[in-house]
Amino acid sequence: MEGLFDVLFSFSGILFLVALIGIGYLVGSGRERRHFSDLEERDRRHADFPVYDIDFIPPGMIPTNGELVMGQVVIAADYFKTFLSSWRTLVGGEMKSFVRMTERGKAEARLRMIEEARGKGARAVINVRFETSEIGGNVQVNQGRAMSEVLCYGTAIFD
Amino acid sequence: MIVVNTEHVPGHDIVELKGLVQGNTIRAKHLGRDIGASLKNLVGGELTGYTELLTESRRQAMERMMQQASQLGANAILNVRFTTSSVAAGAAELYAYGTAVVVAPKLNR
Repeated sequence: MEGLFDVLFSFSGILFLVALIGIGYLVGSGRERRHFSDLEERDRRHADFPVYDIDFIPPGMIPTNGELVMGQVVIAADYFKTFLSSWRTLVGGEMKSFVRMTERGKAEARLRMIEEARGKGARAVINVRFETSEIGGNVQVNQGRAMSEVLCYGTAIFD
Repeated sequence: MIVVNTEHVPGHDIVELKGLVQGNTIRAKHLGRDIGASLKNLVGGELTGYTELLTESRRQAMERMMQQASQLGANAILNVRFTTSSVAAGAAELYAYGTAVVVAPKLNR
């Protein structure tokens, strides 16, 4: 009797895990696709806005002032990717699912910075830097979760 | 207060260097946000609670830095850098530093 209960219990545990992974996969990949198409669209809209990581005034511009602008975001991987990654560490190699997650984070932070700069009427952003932080673990699996925390900052220059 | 992460303020001349200024804060994520984040972890995507937490904390570190600069009589901070480190599980230190200076708009414009 006790053995049967154990089997049922562990079976429901596995079922629960599979359900979580399934929900993570179905909902997560849809959201990721939508996010990527949103990022692409915003990238196109801001394609004409100059963003450099140099520390001098771009030739041809005579700005009168500068101001720090920044964009930040915390992006988490879905359960499916976290599950996949635990297998990936056995065989090594590139973790493509996490590469896409960090890409999303970097692009989102950069676009938020650009949007802030444009909203303030800047001509360009120079000396752009990316920084990652660690509130829940920096692109590492922490208590079964993986997340990417990105800060993108630079100096907006004004005419 | 002009805050930039370049070594010069565009359109301004540096009149006087006042010295290094800094601001830091250590923030812990709170349980409510943590539970929300765990649920979000299932499907992935942005963890808005954490984003807000980091934005707030970073603003506070910057404000402390700016306060120090104005006490020194500066009107701008150059070459601002941000660093973060995790102090304990679930707590992050956000640190901002830069050089406080006095700048004046360029005259020959």
